[in-house]
Amino acid sequence: MADTVKKNREPLMHIVKRDDITGWKAWAIRIGAILLGLLLTGVISGLLTGASFGEVYSIMFKGVFGKFSMIFQGKTTMLWRFLQQTAILLCLALAVTPAFKMRFWNCGAEGQALMGGLAAMICMIEIGDKVPNGVLILIILASSLLAGAIWGLIPAIFHALYKTNETLFTLMMNYVATQLVAYYVVLTTAGAGSNIIKPVEHGNLPILLGEKYLLNVLVVTFLMVAVFIYLKYSKHGYEIAVVGESQNTARYVGINVKKVIIRTMMISGAICGIAGMLMVAGTDHSINTNTMGGQGFTAIMISWMGQFNPFIMAAMSGLVTFLKTGAAKVADTFFLNSSYADIVSGIVILFLVGCEFFIKFSVKFRHGKKGGKV
Amino acid sequence: MDKTPAIELKNITKTFGTKVIANKNVCLTANHGEILSILGENGSGKTTLMNMISGIYFPDEGQIFIGGKEVTIASPKDAFAYKIGMIHQHFKLVDVFSATENIVLGLEEEGKYNLKAAEQKVEDICQKYGFDVNPKKKIYTMSVSEKQTVEIIKVLYRGADILILDEPTAVLTPQETEKLFAVLRRMRDDGKCIIIITHKLHEVLSLSDRVSVLRKGEYVGTVNTCETNESQLTEMMVGKKMELNIQRTEPKDVADRLEVQHISCVDRQGTTVLDDVSFTARSGEILGIAGIAGSGQRELLESIAGLQYLTQGDIHYHNPKTGQTDDLRNKTPVQIRELGVRLSFVPEDRLGMGLVGNMDIVDNMMLRSYRRGKSAFLERKKPKDLAEKIIRDLEVVTPGADTPVRRLSGGNVQKVLVGREIASSPTVLMVAYPVRGLDINSSYLIYNLLNEQKEKGVAVIFVGEDLDVLLDLCDRIMVIGSGRITGMVDARTATKEEIGLLMTKTEAMPQETTPEGGSDNG
Repeated sequence: MADTVKKNREPLMHIVKRDDITGWKAWAIRIGAILLGLLLTGVISGLLTGASFGEVYSIMFKGVFGKFSMIFQGKTTMLWRFLQQTAILLCLALAVTPAFKMRFWNCGAEGQALMGGLAAMICMIEIGDKVPNGVLILIILASSLLAGAIWGLIPAIFHALYKTNETLFTLMMNYVATQLVAYYVVLTTAGAGSNIIKPVEHGNLPILLGEKYLLNVLVVTFLMVAVFIYLKYSKHGYEIAVVGESQNTARYVGINVKKVIIRTMMISGAICGIAGMLMVAGTDHSINTNTMGGQGFTAIMISWMGQFNPFIMAAMSGLVTFLKTGAAKVADTFFLNSSYADIVSGIVILFLVGCEFFIKFSVKFRHGKKGGKV
Repeated sequence: MDKTPAIELKNITKTFGTKVIANKNVCLTANHGEILSILGENGSGKTTLMNMISGIYFPDEGQIFIGGKEVTIASPKDAFAYKIGMIHQHFKLVDVFSATENIVLGLEEEGKYNLKAAEQKVEDICQKYGFDVNPKKKIYTMSVSEKQTVEIIKVLYRGADILILDEPTAVLTPQETEKLFAVLRRMRDDGKCIIIITHKLHEVLSLSDRVSVLRKGEYVGTVNTCETNESQLTEMMVGKKMELNIQRTEPKDVADRLEVQHISCVDRQGTTVLDDVSFTARSGEILGIAGIAGSGQRELLESIAGLQYLTQGDIHYHNPKTGQTDDLRNKTPVQIRELGVRLSFVPEDRLGMGLVGNMDIVDNMMLRSYRRGKSAFLERKKPKDLAEKIIRDLEVVTPGADTPVRRLSGGNVQKVLVGREIASSPTVLMVAYPVRGLDINSSYLIYNLLNEQKEKGVAVIFVGEDLDVLLDLCDRIMVIGSGRITGMVDARTATKEEIGLLMTKTEAMPQETTPEGGSDNG
């Protein structure tokens, strides 16, 4: 066994596809990845600011929820703002999920929500003083749902009938929606000296128990449960799953694939419309092109990270909102660039997405041959 | 011929994931000037083993010796350097290139690219071994057997000494198979080492010098072909003695059930895939459909199931309950069901069409029935009972009814699918390649199920590829070639050769005046 004549190349390790991993193991890997990501961001933040690891996270925490003592005293403004942001993000994620389950990549949540918001705004301004508030809110609800649904319907029809690429189409529709909002803002503020629509008093959603955001949170909580049940226990949800997994199978059992695509995208768009309505009629009472603030795109990621499960998506929305708000606070405290918040959430998300590799594959080392020297 | 084996494998082990052991301590030798068969059931690890020799997989453990020296084969390029050539089951050719262009593709030869010289060299190889192929012919105009020939020439052109053929006869007619075997024998006499992977016993016996048998990834043994017989090989392969007989009963109460009249259909490119097809399927009878793969079998069954748009023709269904005749032409599967037609269909693409791989057995049971009832919500109780019944009755090996079907083995997937289709007590049952990829036990279970259905008075339509099985199982066999019906024979009297000839015929059946020698000359 002369070691000198060792021509054989031996790969040190190779990557093997895993058998199906048990649920809890997969989640252990994911949670581990989140923790590792948080650890790394803590270390990087520490190096950047000179603050200790604990300090960074305590600033983050306080920046998101406020001081503990304040929460106990009932000063929960920051907590509510966090819940509000989480709720809107979750609402958009819930909206895209039925489409995603159908393997229809709806990247147009931003635009669909803006259209819902725009519809609400138009109702509030144009007929706000002509009908009683209760009726107005119903009209707002209907028109937001409709506007969002139409914005989802257009790409769906083209995809179902002409097989256009839904990703590009829905993305483009975002720009159209943004331009429409910009146009309407200019139209209503012409001659007013400022190009910001002042908060409108008519058609505001009711404030429950004195909490401005409570209704929004309740509506989204209801939607979360509804979407879960719809996808898991309804016949529609079953059809969505079959179409998503295999259109051939769907055809084979007589599911009308086009109908399912169109119906699902209308639902997807309508839920986006609700998100827009919650922002405009329920929160800002005004609209601008940045009303949704890009959450429609973040929602795509939330839906994926939550494995299309509404409850996990809620947790993911909370995590992402926490990181963004908290990191912004850290950046504020230490005079860091505003990109810091993106970096922090970026790192954690990268870990979370990257760990999917280790859920699907495992790395194996080759067993040494008997007698052979490594 | 020198005495050192051309190739020797020692204790090769390969696992996928933690559970699947594809090969375990396999030892094998193959010599120059010999044809070695690797025999084993589906899933016994034959192809995995050969893929390790040809550099596609890398063994977890074990050694490979070539010409007596230990080697490491980490890529197909390495394999090629050791003069190993593999002909895969699925051809890897560029359709718009000519035979020669495909053969030289990817070769980094010294000097200028010289197609003329390459064509000459291809011509020489053809001469030497008796291949029959035009080097200038484009791949897309070739038949399956010609494509296979190109693949073989490709590896010979690269100077392969050890040729591995993965199930080479699966797609060939009996006549083409004979031709291939003649060529292989000539190559053996020329001193090449030929390894063929197969699960067909009669081919092993007629072609090879020695047989190595694998069972569930483990090496069982090697025997000389002249010293063995079918039953010994079966026993080695399956691990127990087996009677391989299909009990064919005489059809009872035969009545016309499904009349297909002059149907035609075109594919997306506008090519005619079914051309004026007419036949009748009768109750209490198994009608076999034979033909080269891709001759229109799939489109024919899909037309009946309401999945293809017909440009002409009619499909009449005689309803045994009402005595009425319904027209199924261009109806959707749902409309067909609403007419009260109990039509079951086991498509060839099990996980891509018949079932949803990522769904569990219960949800797959619902595919056909989930619409029942007015409620907007799903009813999972009955499908669950059905799933459990099928698991019990057909002995489906699964951790439970909530296991995604893609995790089951091929045989068990097929049991789930056939079980569901039979559960709706059909009057017409169409099955396409129902035993493809199945082990012997599962195959015979499926044959028995089909026979049971036939005895219950179901009109069974069986699209198959193994002519021996078709002849043993069916009552009548219809042969399809290029979308036309080229013949209808009685399965009790017909021969394999007869069917083989009909498979390559291009003229439709009624026009019996067939000019000898094709007019299409390349």
